[in-house]
Amino acid sequence: MSLTLARGEVLGLLGPNGAGKTTTMQMITGNLAPSAGEIQICGIDLLDHPTRAKARIGYLPETPPLYRDLTVEEFLRLAARLHRVPKSRVAQAVAQAQRRCGLSDMTARRIGALSKGYQQRVGIAQAIVHEPDLVVLDEPTVGLDPNQIREIRTLIRELADHHAVILSTHILPEVETVCDRVQILHQGQVVYTDSIAALKQYRGGHALTIALRRPPSAETLQALPGVRSVEALSEQRFRLLHEADTNPAETLVQRSVEHDWGLVELTPAETTLEEVFVHLTQSDAMEQAAP
Amino acid sequence: MIFTIAGKELRALFNAPLAWVVLAVLQVILAWIFLVSLDRYIGLQPQLVQYPNPPGVTEFIVAPLFGSGAVVLLMLVPLLSMRLIAEERRNQTLTLLISAPVSMTEIVLGKFLGLVLFLFAVVALMGVMALSLLAGGKLDFGLLAANVIGLTLLGGAFAAIGLYISALTANPVIAAVATLASLLVLWIVNMGAPDPGSPLHLISLMKHYESFAKGVIDTGDLAYYVLLIALFLLLAARRLDRDRLAS
Repeated sequence: MSLTLARGEVLGLLGPNGAGKTTTMQMITGNLAPSAGEIQICGIDLLDHPTRAKARIGYLPETPPLYRDLTVEEFLRLAARLHRVPKSRVAQAVAQAQRRCGLSDMTARRIGALSKGYQQRVGIAQAIVHEPDLVVLDEPTVGLDPNQIREIRTLIRELADHHAVILSTHILPEVETVCDRVQILHQGQVVYTDSIAALKQYRGGHALTIALRRPPSAETLQALPGVRSVEALSEQRFRLLHEADTNPAETLVQRSVEHDWGLVELTPAETTLEEVFVHLTQSDAMEQAAP
Repeated sequence: MIFTIAGKELRALFNAPLAWVVLAVLQVILAWIFLVSLDRYIGLQPQLVQYPNPPGVTEFIVAPLFGSGAVVLLMLVPLLSMRLIAEERRNQTLTLLISAPVSMTEIVLGKFLGLVLFLFAVVALMGVMALSLLAGGKLDFGLLAANVIGLTLLGGAFAAIGLYISALTANPVIAAVATLASLLVLWIVNMGAPDPGSPLHLISLMKHYESFAKGVIDTGDLAYYVLLIALFLLLAARRLDRDRLAS
């Protein structure tokens, strides 16, 4: 697999469990050594100069690495010092990270006594306290309530102004709202990579879901003008993919009346990220994968 | 960077009640031993005066005190060292250190230094206890210094072994038990070797401490402890590095 990211960009890393998202992130952050290949952070080779490269990365693993006995401020100070923030600038960096993550009122609280949402924020604050060029977040919204999820997403969007962000998640709408670009991993391979904008264009409604009481053969449906392919969802339901400029809906209704197919449902289906995802990550469907 | 990590370890110790309880309990036990030997010395003093070259107060009270301290450290260090890496691994906080621009060697040295500074506090408290004898007599400062150096080195060797074993597992309790067992074995390994030339004496933690207790700073013993510490710290760093390579 190959992965490139520019400053100011949020890359979403998607994939089913065990696809290699976390492994990829561990390699980028130097927690796991790759058996082959190279990793460059801002042009610095991670394997040759691990210390210099790591200073430019902030990492929030799946389980935030928090010392529960420390207060928020003590912990962030430690994280700043560990990431080689000069002593004179530690206080300022900690205050800024706390402000950005909405932790300013919690500075003196013990981390163990904080709620999960705030602990997650401390985790993110820890990852940005040294102003890294690259922020790597592994499933940052897992286990949060919907309000907290929205706040964290806003925060991630804000981070993208100053940093490059890599984000992994299973939550598909999250990727659509937060990321600029998405890569789908499956069994350690990149099976899809494109910008979210392209994906949104792609889902412009070039598919119809229909249900017929007395369906004709698939070939008959396939023969309708403009229909590119027919996918049987069940015995009576079908999905028709069609060309962008010709919509077969009208012809379909006419034919249905003429031949007594018994049309009971006709909905323009959107190709969502979820469909792309499901399509690409089910191994048997891999050959006919959409772009 | 090493000092940042050492400071973090010390803060973790003193934030939890464990360190305070340990210091308090140790102080009570050692003070009891100290008082008992002081009492014995006072009881024996009239007889001792009859000898041409009687053992002094330092030899009679301080050396046994530090000897008991060595046994107490043997039991104490596994309790303190078990957390160092095993607990971080279990809580998955080790990622913070590994993702930071810090080398494995710095992590290991920092953690080792943190624990040794704490152990030195224990030894220093014993030193202060010994100094209180100045109120009633004279002390042999050379012997006291040899004891302090010896016990600190011994504590360091315990800590290095404990740190390495803690790096082997993600379960602090296993680390503690394994450390205690290893230390005990290294402590008594020469018991079954009556022959003074036996190689078992070479690796015994106790044998090398004996000369310090007598006030002799032998470079051979010094080298033994330094090499032992270096060896186990190196092993610990390599073990941490292997986590990164294994997949």
